[in-house]
Amino acid sequence: MKVLVAIKRVVDYNVKVRANADNSDVDLANVKMSMNPFCEIAVEEAVRLKEKGQVNEIVTISIGDSQSQEQLRTSLALGADRSILVQTEQPLEPLAVAKCLKAVCDNESPDLILMGKQAIDGDNNQTGQMLASLLGCGQGTFASEVSIEAGKVAVTREIDGGLQTVSLALPAVVTTDLRLNEPRYASLPNIMKSKQKPLAVISTDELGVDITARTKLLGVEPPAQRQAGIMVSDVAQLVDKLKNEAKVIS
Amino acid sequence: MSILVIAEHNNQQLNSATLSALSAATQLGDTIDLLIAGNSCQEVADQASNIPCLNRVLIADNSVYRHFLAENIAPLVADAADGYSHVLAVATTTAKNIMPRVAALLDVQAISDISAVISADTFKRPIYAGNLIATVQSLDNIKVITVRGTAFEFVSAEGGSAAIESIDVVHDKGISDYVSEQLAQSDRPELTAASIVISGGRGMASGDNYDMLYSIADKLGAAVGASRAAVDADFAPNDMQVGQTGKIVAPDLYIAVGISGAIQHLAGMKDSKVIVAINKDEEAPIFSVADYGLAADLFTALPELECRLS
Repeated sequence: MKVLVAIKRVVDYNVKVRANADNSDVDLANVKMSMNPFCEIAVEEAVRLKEKGQVNEIVTISIGDSQSQEQLRTSLALGADRSILVQTEQPLEPLAVAKCLKAVCDNESPDLILMGKQAIDGDNNQTGQMLASLLGCGQGTFASEVSIEAGKVAVTREIDGGLQTVSLALPAVVTTDLRLNEPRYASLPNIMKSKQKPLAVISTDELGVDITARTKLLGVEPPAQRQAGIMVSDVAQLVDKLKNEAKVIS
Repeated sequence: MSILVIAEHNNQQLNSATLSALSAATQLGDTIDLLIAGNSCQEVADQASNIPCLNRVLIADNSVYRHFLAENIAPLVADAADGYSHVLAVATTTAKNIMPRVAALLDVQAISDISAVISADTFKRPIYAGNLIATVQSLDNIKVITVRGTAFEFVSAEGGSAAIESIDVVHDKGISDYVSEQLAQSDRPELTAASIVISGGRGMASGDNYDMLYSIADKLGAAVGASRAAVDADFAPNDMQVGQTGKIVAPDLYIAVGISGAIQHLAGMKDSKVIVAINKDEEAPIFSVADYGLAADLFTALPELECRLS
């Protein structure tokens, strides 16, 4: 069985991002970039499936600028077999990314596509669902458990009221939630070995997909700040304030 | 402008969060239809027909829609979207699952989790875990949108008499099956609908200690939440997680106990009207967003709080 894992290079989750000087976009100059945390979980899940003997090939793919090769190399160090970079200097929207992934899936015919449920930059939470839609296959979003049996994948999903389990015919798209697994770190020998693994670079033109932007970013601003409050000295004062000042309890 | 809103429900009850999606819809146009896709869900349609801002209630009642599988509901919504300028749903896990699939079927770039309507094609939405707010203009003919429930006041639910019409189209793609569900059973209000929420973080030290939060919650009629750190440590189940990747809440009163205030958690609760923080670390970032801060050991503060609420 072959697994395709889609990964995204994003601003590291520890970085506090800001708007640029004219509030036209996010200021990304000189900030640390990393693999999107949900994508790390997707890579880890693929590696675990391979270790269990259920998967024989892991292909990772990223759609982004040439520096996304760094994150693909990381995925190779973690256990992927080969990588594909669909290189574009234009930042793509989820629909365009899904179209690129669909075109690659048509060539690669993976049995399972794993990806993060959302990227922590745009927080869109769309690409996996869109890819499943374009492929006409099932989707197991927000996965906290994945098991493969008899040509199907059972996915336990984190939903608002608790957990839901669905069974999907393969091929299927699974998007990962936080509690699916805890990603490992790459060992030094594996980092060295990853440099020898194949990484193909193709352009969006070669895929022949329409990546025209469908939205326009008009501006970026910091959210409204809350006024700083007061410190109370004890529980008695707290209860008094809530009853008589804020009037939120009776 | 005519707007189609997708109802959030459990086949028996309309989820009140739908009323915030309808509120966003009223800012976009006057003709608003509500689509209820489910099974044996006539009751939901009857409730919805009382909503004054609605033009029509459309009901697609079939066993293939019972568990809201995106594979079957997305093509239904995409078909129904014909003729509408906007398709909206409140950003629950159900809608987050379905709406991007609808958008791809319509060849539209969806707009996720809007927090404000600027005009018929321009919206505000949080990015980077709510650290920034983007203003985005959609260039697509049909706008497919999910709405941040806490950002819009509910529309009135009573006094209307919208016509109910059936949609008989059945989409059964046969590629996905529902297996089971483990839903949290609780007599307490639902997190996203509660007017008071009390949440515990890693400082709670164990799952058993959450009993202290539950007893206070029962005194206040509150829902109980948790930080990601607490959920990751197995103190609380995932459906209790408040934060950017969990639930977004905006109650009248939010009490954060033993929560340091990581940005991902703040993103899920900072629109609450009044925030209380109880934490023994006076430097904890949670105090910077709290209206009332109490620097104290939660293991002495919580029993005293419970006592004083009696």
